[in-house]
Amino acid sequence: MSAEPLLDVRNLSVAFRSGQNETLAVDGVSFRLERGRTLALVGESGSGKSATALSIVRLLPYPAALHPSGEILFKGDDLLKANAAKLQSVRGADITMVFQEPMTSLNPLHTVERQIAEMLRLHGARGAAAVRALVIALLEEVGIPSPETRLDSYPHQLSGGQRQRVMIAMALANRPDLFIADEPTTALDVTVQAQILKLLKDLQAKLGMAMLFITHDLGIVRRIADEVAVMQRGKIVEAGPVGSVFERPQHRYTRALLAAEPKGAPPPADATAPTVVTADNLRVWFPIKRGFLRRTVGYIKAVDGVSVTVREGQTLGVVGESGSGKTTLALAILRLIRSQGPIVFLGQRVDGLRWKAMRPLRRDMQIVFQDPYGSLSPRLSVAEIVEEGLSVQNRGLSYAARREVVARALADTGLDPRDMDRYPHEFSGGQRQRIAVARAMALEPKFVVLDEPTSALDMSVQAQIVDLLRDLQKRHGLAYLFISHDLKVVRALASDIIVLRQGKIVEAGTAAEIFHEPRTDYTKALFSAAFRLEADVSGVVSQ
Amino acid sequence: MTVTSRTGLAPEPAVLPAPDRAPLAPPLPHKRLLNLSPINQRRLANFKRNKRGYWSFWIFMVLFVASLFAEFIANDRPIIASYKGEILFPVFVDYPEDKFGGFLAQTDYRDPFVADEINAHGWMIWPPVRFSYNTINRDLPQGTAEKKLGAPAAPTWLLTDEECRTGRTPDGKTPGSCRDIEWNWLGTDDQARDLVARLIYGFRISVLFGLILAGISSMIGVAAGAVQGYFGGWLDLIFQRFIEIWSSLPQLYILIILAGILVPGFFMLLGIMLLFSWVTLVHLVRAEFLRARNFEYVTAARALGLSNAKIIFKHLLPNAMVATLTFLPFVLNGSIETLTALDYLGLGMPPGSASLGEILLQGKTNLQAPWLGLTGFFTIAILLSLMVFIGEAARDAFDQRKIYR
Repeated sequence: MSAEPLLDVRNLSVAFRSGQNETLAVDGVSFRLERGRTLALVGESGSGKSATALSIVRLLPYPAALHPSGEILFKGDDLLKANAAKLQSVRGADITMVFQEPMTSLNPLHTVERQIAEMLRLHGARGAAAVRALVIALLEEVGIPSPETRLDSYPHQLSGGQRQRVMIAMALANRPDLFIADEPTTALDVTVQAQILKLLKDLQAKLGMAMLFITHDLGIVRRIADEVAVMQRGKIVEAGPVGSVFERPQHRYTRALLAAEPKGAPPPADATAPTVVTADNLRVWFPIKRGFLRRTVGYIKAVDGVSVTVREGQTLGVVGESGSGKTTLALAILRLIRSQGPIVFLGQRVDGLRWKAMRPLRRDMQIVFQDPYGSLSPRLSVAEIVEEGLSVQNRGLSYAARREVVARALADTGLDPRDMDRYPHEFSGGQRQRIAVARAMALEPKFVVLDEPTSALDMSVQAQIVDLLRDLQKRHGLAYLFISHDLKVVRALASDIIVLRQGKIVEAGTAAEIFHEPRTDYTKALFSAAFRLEADVSGVVSQ
Repeated sequence: MTVTSRTGLAPEPAVLPAPDRAPLAPPLPHKRLLNLSPINQRRLANFKRNKRGYWSFWIFMVLFVASLFAEFIANDRPIIASYKGEILFPVFVDYPEDKFGGFLAQTDYRDPFVADEINAHGWMIWPPVRFSYNTINRDLPQGTAEKKLGAPAAPTWLLTDEECRTGRTPDGKTPGSCRDIEWNWLGTDDQARDLVARLIYGFRISVLFGLILAGISSMIGVAAGAVQGYFGGWLDLIFQRFIEIWSSLPQLYILIILAGILVPGFFMLLGIMLLFSWVTLVHLVRAEFLRARNFEYVTAARALGLSNAKIIFKHLLPNAMVATLTFLPFVLNGSIETLTALDYLGLGMPPGSASLGEILLQGKTNLQAPWLGLTGFFTIAILLSLMVFIGEAARDAFDQRKIYR
């Protein structure tokens, strides 16, 4: 080790003030990062890893945030004591950041060229032609095909992966010494994630910069980092080279994290189980309307001729990249959006039914959404959220009886019924998702759509939710339609699988068959990205 | 299980349900009078923390509630009187004068003859100000031939004893000093009516008018915005174009024309102004609904089978209420201003009624009596400022990102 590391964080603390209370988010964290190395900060949401990273460039919401202690030595200077001018010259030039959500990190009103050129100009580049050439070179470097044609694109015209590439191009524009990546791939599809990781790794090798990589996904750490620091509740509980930490984890929390991958096997596919819902040649086409008279000139075929069958006690996994029509398919089957094609639910044709006629059927079909923060109304208590369906579907029930049903549903999903009069914001993400599951289960449905129920959760919580879902399925004989782009979770839950691409089924079969022997290139690329974080180069998946 | 612990890894104890066990549901939480959700509790705390807005709110409430009881504060008849062993309530009941030995259809309790008669056979409890908004003070100091006083009379505390001697005491005698005559704390208007009384009644009518107008127009506006935002499509399109045309009509001219044709009165004015004021909130509420109707918890409610009306009331309206409540004090201000403006132009409330605009108008026509203009100006300025401060505090209280130190 050299005498002076590039970045030396010593005893850093971050506290947030709200009203009279101060909460300590980061508590005495110390780590060092050498040039050319990669340090991964691992931990679940709320463990303080983002706050640590943001305080390096002093981007926390001051004065609500404050540093009770610590120093951050970057090339020997303490950034916590640096003045605004010094910080500005460091940010974007010596230290750059890439955030999780590429859509909100880019200004939607500026073109790609303008945003990257701004970075270059701020730190000294001059001359329109020279800057343009630099921008093109940068875009080429981050792997955007034919970059000349992309200069005038706006962020919304790019895919998620391309937007993240543009963000990386901006971050690399001034050849930083330290590159901070705050969950740069969490919002992306697995296939795109693999590509971005490969790109980052290649660029780091080429440019020799140090990288601070923040993630909750241990698979990524293993692939990309040299060293790892595990954070829990604001403290680093274990740190060291990736190999030794993964081989011989010392701390109990690290061991728990490593063991947290979704496990267990789904019930085997059983073609004789009674059918709960079938849809045949289902189509959801959104018309494209143009001109003064809004004539229909074409269709966006979100779901185009998909046939599915879901059986009692079984799970149908729906797999595909974002935009492949997974959620649209689920909403169509639940009759929440308009569709064409017969849907048979519990032996009854439901595709022509009106809203009112559907209502009694809704108690048997439920849905759990991806985002446990958006799917629970912040204004209602847990009891009010869970009993919402009962008030419609089971009008005869007295108030006390309804509370009893709610209590049982909460207990069923592993929550304490005594918490039923609390509000959603008092619960963690995993607990919120349990509440969302309890809301669906309170009606004792026969068919539940699970729309990426684990994607917004931490790895360790994902495993718990998967166990919960499988347990509920076993006890109540539920039929699941499980949507996910995360194939590890699908493997733990689904007995049958359909692979969707651009609204069409690419491959269908039992989970055992497909996981063992994927037939199409698309499925193969999905699998290699999901299980081995390998980027596909053949071009079957989106960029 | 402690909810605050966020380890996530600690195995959460699963309480397995046993169908025939004692009830699992906890007893109902103790319901307080005002059962606020935590969000609203925080908002209330934030509102209280804005000292200026919080104090403005209480000052306004005290003034408003006090003005609601204007008849008990400023009136030309006693609140309670006892006459020959009978308890009378002149505030509420019109007693003919022959009850007290007179001949008029209505009793003038300020008349020394009546007052003496009642005091001789009982007693009277008067409000602090013995003038109503339309009581003409006939005992005003009239001044001398060289220096005429009369209406509009200056506040009594500005007069010299000499000037006061040209007036009369309430019982019809010549006063020795200013202490003997009935005081007009803020003077009188040009028809010798006490300004304090007119101010109290005018304040009441302005605020009531503003509140009712703001209330009804928000109800209509929220309903219209809700329907447009929730259902969207052609309905939204047509409604929006209609509102664009409607709100581009020249409101003030139409108000003036209508006020000229129809007999002006409280409810007539309310109706006319309602025609235009409901539009203010529509865009706000519509935008909130457009945003919120795609929230996941709204989709979840649809999947649970809730009807549109229920979804609107339970999930969407609370969202829109934030925008509405934030805007309401400003709508209220606008309503008060419009009424004042109409009164000032002489197109508002019928002649003789007390209103803030009318005081201003008198101030303009009687520039030699600055107490009229100053009173009107300060009342309106303070009233509107209070509302703006309250509105600011409410807006900040609803702002999630606002950090209080």
